[in-house]
Parts: sequence; structure tokens; C-alpha cells
Amino acid sequence: MDRKNKFMNPYLAGILLGFVLLATIYITGRGLGASGAMKSVAVTSVKAAAPEHYESTAYYQDYAADHPDGPMKSWLVFEMLGVLIGAFLSGALSGRLGLKLEKGPGVTNTTRIIGAIIGGMLFGFGSQLGRGCTSGSALSGMAVMSFGGIITMLAIFGGAYALAWFFRKLWITR
Amino acid sequence: MAPLIPEIISPEYNYLVALIVGLGFGFALEQAGFSSTRKLVGLFYGYDFTVLKVFFTAGVTAMIGVVMLSHLEMLNTEIIFVNPTFLPSAITGGIIMGAGFIIGGFCPGTSAAAAAIGKLDGWAFIGGATIGIFAFGEVFPLLEDFYLAGNQGPLLFYEVLGIERITFALILTAVAIFAFVATGMIEDKVNKKPVHILSGNWKKKTIAAAIPLAVVLLIMFTPSRKEFTMEKLEARAAAGECKPDLIDADKLAFELMNNYYHYNVIDVRSPEEYEEFHIATAINIPLDDLHSTAYRELLNQRIQTNVFYGASPAQAKKACLIARYHGNTTSLALDVTAENFRNTFYGEINIPENPTKSEQTVALFRRRAAEKMKEIEANLASREKPVQKKVIRVQGGCS
Repeated sequence: MDRKNKFMNPYLAGILLGFVLLATIYITGRGLGASGAMKSVAVTSVKAAAPEHYESTAYYQDYAADHPDGPMKSWLVFEMLGVLIGAFLSGALSGRLGLKLEKGPGVTNTTRIIGAIIGGMLFGFGSQLGRGCTSGSALSGMAVMSFGGIITMLAIFGGAYALAWFFRKLWITR
Repeated sequence: MAPLIPEIISPEYNYLVALIVGLGFGFALEQAGFSSTRKLVGLFYGYDFTVLKVFFTAGVTAMIGVVMLSHLEMLNTEIIFVNPTFLPSAITGGIIMGAGFIIGGFCPGTSAAAAAIGKLDGWAFIGGATIGIFAFGEVFPLLEDFYLAGNQGPLLFYEVLGIERITFALILTAVAIFAFVATGMIEDKVNKKPVHILSGNWKKKTIAAAIPLAVVLLIMFTPSRKEFTMEKLEARAAAGECKPDLIDADKLAFELMNNYYHYNVIDVRSPEEYEEFHIATAINIPLDDLHSTAYRELLNQRIQTNVFYGASPAQAKKACLIARYHGNTTSLALDVTAENFRNTFYGEINIPENPTKSEQTVALFRRRAAEKMKEIEANLASREKPVQKKVIRVQGGCS
């Protein structure tokens, strides 16, 4: 196998990620996140597409109150722009760029895309209910030993394990 | 002391910092292989535990780092963001996310890493997540009660278990190492390969496992920087060096009568004792809180001299040493207790028969001082109380 395409040793990558998180906490006092940036996109879309609905819904107005400069002017939006650039650079360095679709054996492209959309919807919905996703709640929560964060982490992985058998055809042949 | 924003680095740079740490985050995620959906779900079928290895290593590394920085007094863990605990929504939301993970093959952070290198399923997942968040916003009124149920605030795991922070760090580190060994064995078995985690390179593996444990133990068995400094200060004070400067009651009363605005009188007893009686103009900072960064600025005002007093002269001296440790060189300790001070001025002041001139002067002075101090206190009471600076916890999370 071409060495260039190999992934980093997982423990080394973990230590790297751990130091990125530690630096974030040290500099800003907060952890990393991801789903919050998608929330900014969702709120921005609502604001553009249905301004009246946006004005009359308490949920969006609360969000607007927390983000006085507009929903896109949020820490996590900038952080996620960084993620896109950082991941792109990493992919470019390791020769992994290219329009691709990754899926389990015996799954059609359509099934994979539908699965990704439905999975995304569930994850997006759950992240709002659980106040953060794997990054903001589980990983960052673990670093600061937050009870809620670690419980959310256990629920995410526990939930996925519990359901893995039912969705095995999406990923493995057995 | 960190966090650097907002006190040391201006909040205006926060977005720039976000972009830079995001870069590191994205780079690490992609390098780890998190842009590959089959690698991510491998965890749930046993053929690839990369996610667990990376995730747990990252979490433990950052956690040990946080504890270490706090131990060295370089990071104030009281103000960093701690995700609040709302158990019902945390568990339900977590399970829904778990379903999303196994069906969609990503989580939000990893889908972005995948999308960045051109994975179409990554983009599909991001689109789906945005729709899911929108859906939550639309049904929020129905879920609001459930969402807000069981608020326990920024609760910490070791508080729930009732153990020390460092003990919890040790347990979590040990659990991580155990998980790495166990999953290494499972992974090889599922992939029908000879189990190699316990064979070969055992020296390197032992060292890799021992380093984090050793760091945690080091933190456990060495005094924190605060304890270390206090021990040193106390030892030196006990040896007769580094005596805090003392001020006696009459001198303090005289100074308060004539130029109280030059003095910052601080009562280090409990709030209850302070309420019951306190010296005119005094503010209350209990001794245990004196180390808090919230008071750093208050203790280091150039035009004002701190005067500490407590329930015992030792308390006052200790407070004075703490202030000195934090950079204030002019602090004074009152050489009598709060109770003595009260008796001296507000108790009965008797002039003995046939007083000497100095006895008479002192008694008259104390009576006058008591009146004047009451006056000052009454005047000050009508003004605003000295502002107790509060350091606010950083806001974070995914909102």
C-alpha cells in the first residue's frame, strides 16, 4: 500500500487532537464543537427564507439574542471553517482528495446518500436535544470532566452499539 | 492565568483563534482517518477501533492537560466552560445521535472533515444535520419542558462520585488503557488475524501506557503550586523571616478617621461573622476565597494599602502572606482580632482614677474614634458597596 495514503497512528492522532483541544481550552476557556455551526446555517436559512416566521418564533429569537451580530457571526462557524480548511490540507498532503462516496459492500449509492441524510437529520436533532454533539459535548465534556458531557458520550456510543445489529447490512456483509 | 481570553488576549481575536484551532481540529480528524465513514462505524462492528483509540486518547490527553495546568495554577478551572447536565435530554439526545451515527456513518465534526476532502456522503450528512437542527427548532415548543428538565448545572463527574478530581483522572486514564488493550484484541479476532497487542514491542507499549499514568500520579502526589507556596511562606514565617507587617488597632483607627480612602480593609472571616460586626469600611473576603483570581485586582490597588484582620491574628497574617504572594508588597495585618478591636473601641472605655496623661489621651481618642468610625460607616453605607468583581464562567458548547 502506498505509504502516502496511510492514516496517522491513531494514538498519535489522538494526542494531536488532545493538544488542539487543550490549547482551545487554555486560550478561550471553551472546548471544540461542530453541530453549532450547522445550527448557524439552519437559523440563517430560516431568516432568509421565512423572515416572518423567524421573527415570530421564540426559539430563533433566543438565538438571535445570543448572537447579536447575526447567526453566522459565531465562534463555531469560524472554527468549522478552520476544520474544512484543515481537513482539506490534510487530505491534500496525504493524497486523499477527490469526489468519492464511501459505503459498505452491497449498498447502492442512493441508499448510502439517503442513509447519510437521515443519519444527519437524527444527529442534528439529537445534538440540539443533548446540547452538543460528539465534539462539543462528548469530547470537550470529557476534557473538563463534565457529568452531562460524559453521559451524552456514553448515550451516543451506547445507542449506536444497540442499533448496530439492525443496520449491519449498511456496513458489513454478514 | 488562563483562559487567555478575555483578560490577556482581547475577545476580538476570538474568531481568529477559532479559525486556527479549527484548522488543527480538522487536520487531526482527517489524519486520524475520521473522514472515512467505514473507519468510523468499524467501532460498532469490531473490525476497526480507530474512533475509540483516537477519541479516548484525545479526551484523556486534554483532561490530564487541564488538571496539570490547574495544578500549576496556569488555568482557572472555575471559569472554563463546563457543559451543564440535564440528564433526561442528555440521554435521549445521545441515543438519537447514536442512531444518527450508525445510519449516517458520521458525526457532525467528522462529516465536515469528510466533506472537505470531497466525500459526497459527508456533504449529504451535513445537509441532513442542518435539516435536523431546523426540525428541532420547529418542534421546540413541544419539547421545551423536557429539554429543560433536570437541570443540575455545570456538574462534574467526580463530584457525582464523591471522589477527588485527580482520583477520577487516574481512573479514567486506567480505563482508557484497558480499553485500548481489549479493543486491540477484539479487532484482531474479528479481522481473523493473530492477536498482536500483547506480543512484540512490549517495551514501547509499556512505556506508552506508563507515561500518562505517571503524569497523573505525579499530580496526585505533589503539592499544587498554591499549596507549595503557602507551605514555603508559612515555613519562612514560622522561622521568623518574612514577617508580615503589622498594624495595631489604635493606628488603624487613627488612619481610618483621617484618610480611610487610602486603606482597603478586608475582613477574612466568614460572611456571618462579618455581618455581625466589622470594622468601618471593611469588605468581606473569606480566607479560603482570597486566592481566587476574582480578587487579584482588588488586592493590588496601588493607591490603597490592604489591611487584613480576622478571628485570630494568625488568620490576618496568613491573608497578608497570600496577598504578598500575589504581588502586593504593602499589605498589613491587624495585630488584634476583630473581637479585640470591637472591645477596644465599642466596649466600655473606662478612664481609671488618677489617670496618667497618656492613659487619658488614649481613652479620649478611642471614644472619639468610635464615634468617627460609626459616622464613616454610616456615610459609606449610603453609598454603593464596594463592587465585588465577579469572574464570569466562559460560555461555550454548541449553541
